[in-house]
Amino acid sequence: MASIREIQDELIDDFSFLEDWTDKYAFLIDLGKTLEPMPAESKTEENLIRGCQSKVWLTAAMKDGFVHFQADSDAFISKGMVALLVKVYNHQKPEDILHEKLDLLERIGLHEHLSPNRSNGLASMHKQLRNFALVFHSQNQIAG
Amino acid sequence: MAATARIDWSAVRADFPILRETVHGKPLVYFDNAATSQKPQVVIDALVDYYTRYNSNVHRGVHHLSQTATNAYEATRLKVQALINAKEPAEIIFTKGTTDAINLVASSWGGQHVGPGDEILISALEHHANLVPWQMLCEAKGAKVVVAPINTRGELEMEKFQLLLNERTKLVAVSWISNALGTVNPVKEIIAAAHARHIPVLLDAAQAAPHSTIDVQALGVDFLVFSAHKMLGPTGIGVLYGKRALLDLMPPYQGGGDMIDRVTFEKTTYNVLPLKFEAGTPNIADGIAFGEAIDYLTRIGLENIEAREQELLAYATRQIKTIPGIRIIGEAADKRSVLSFMAGNLHPYDIGILLDQMGIAIRTGHHCAQPLMDIFEIPGTCRASFAFYNTEAEIDYFIQSLRKVQTMLS
Repeated sequence: MASIREIQDELIDDFSFLEDWTDKYAFLIDLGKTLEPMPAESKTEENLIRGCQSKVWLTAAMKDGFVHFQADSDAFISKGMVALLVKVYNHQKPEDILHEKLDLLERIGLHEHLSPNRSNGLASMHKQLRNFALVFHSQNQIAG
Repeated sequence: MAATARIDWSAVRADFPILRETVHGKPLVYFDNAATSQKPQVVIDALVDYYTRYNSNVHRGVHHLSQTATNAYEATRLKVQALINAKEPAEIIFTKGTTDAINLVASSWGGQHVGPGDEILISALEHHANLVPWQMLCEAKGAKVVVAPINTRGELEMEKFQLLLNERTKLVAVSWISNALGTVNPVKEIIAAAHARHIPVLLDAAQAAPHSTIDVQALGVDFLVFSAHKMLGPTGIGVLYGKRALLDLMPPYQGGGDMIDRVTFEKTTYNVLPLKFEAGTPNIADGIAFGEAIDYLTRIGLENIEAREQELLAYATRQIKTIPGIRIIGEAADKRSVLSFMAGNLHPYDIGILLDQMGIAIRTGHHCAQPLMDIFEIPGTCRASFAFYNTEAEIDYFIQSLRKVQTMLS
């Protein structure tokens, strides 16, 4: 399994070939379509991420020491954004998710979506992914 | 057409420096005027001029700067009085904006007049600003917010509205123009119906003041509220108009300096109108610049502005209907400035993000009117809202860009 750093570098490389903004967003939208389908029963109020203008659901489970994320959204671009983050963090150890720096968004020019504007959910998505990792990490420590 | 032919709208547009900006390398197309308007250079200059030449605290200073600042600040009160034809300047209370003005009435007037079992009648079109303060009041008092319904075109159902007025109704609080749909409510009819039962009326004129001439005496309205920032002025200043007979009997909203007459540790007596409701150092700079905004609007003439904006809205409505799959949300017979729409099943957020990449600023989402979106069973809309400085060419570019967005998302 590639590391968080390696996955980011690979995505930065992918995006570097996309010069026009239309290609960049088309790539993001396509990325959303590659997400593993989320079961309808997971799309609950509880799994909604607050702070997004569209609906974005995120769940996480531990499998053999690695975090397994599932996500979906009712908007194409939000789905692409959450897919981008899931691609980076899926099947990683909680402590790696917590410690590895995320510089992908700045590098591919999506950092404007990290602003605290209430309509931009990317920051909330990132925070929620990390919250899951934090919970699993502390559970591990208690169990260990 | 004839009414606006005499005005050189491209010269008017040049008064707004921000319209020369680029966004993501494209010329800015600003269609979010219902959220806040842009500011002409004279308004921006007034702010700089105040802080450069005569920044000083108002009302109590005996020195020259304080006198100058007080005169300029109070001149705006007179301009507002003239703009809405209030009987006297004391009926013009400066607030932080529309929301603050409604909260003032809910707290001060509502605190005094609303009790258990009473009702506040609003419409289904209200912005959260004209809903939540009443909900908070009613929760505290054991009273109830009653909502007058709208039809599928987004128009208030007047027969049902009439039937909801009763002996428990303490206040009617409605918007003049809906921020989310652009619907113009029949305010004369609403006021007549309420007054026939001796019920006072508050009009949320936040969306009306930038587009229409207002005559509070002709309307007979009891309270009328609006914000400077939606009508070319700065943020952080707005107006509560109230009839003196009502304002005189209301307790102060907040305590502090400026609102007092005589203070001892045992008891304080309050200042007269309007200062009774203006505790603390007011928003002097923005108040003065607001005066410039009113002068600017008056020079062009609100009737010319309204006619020009109606042309733009009609043009945009015609053009957007040429795009397959567009559903206009809010098709009231009488509308102003706002074009709210859905594009097939596409999420407004996706449309907003992609239009932004093309330099176009529209608003997407629930427009602070979540219950209204629930009525139409949609998560939100895309809203383009126009001002007199917009152009047909911008609308053409917007329509062309919207087609491109549809292709990208299909």
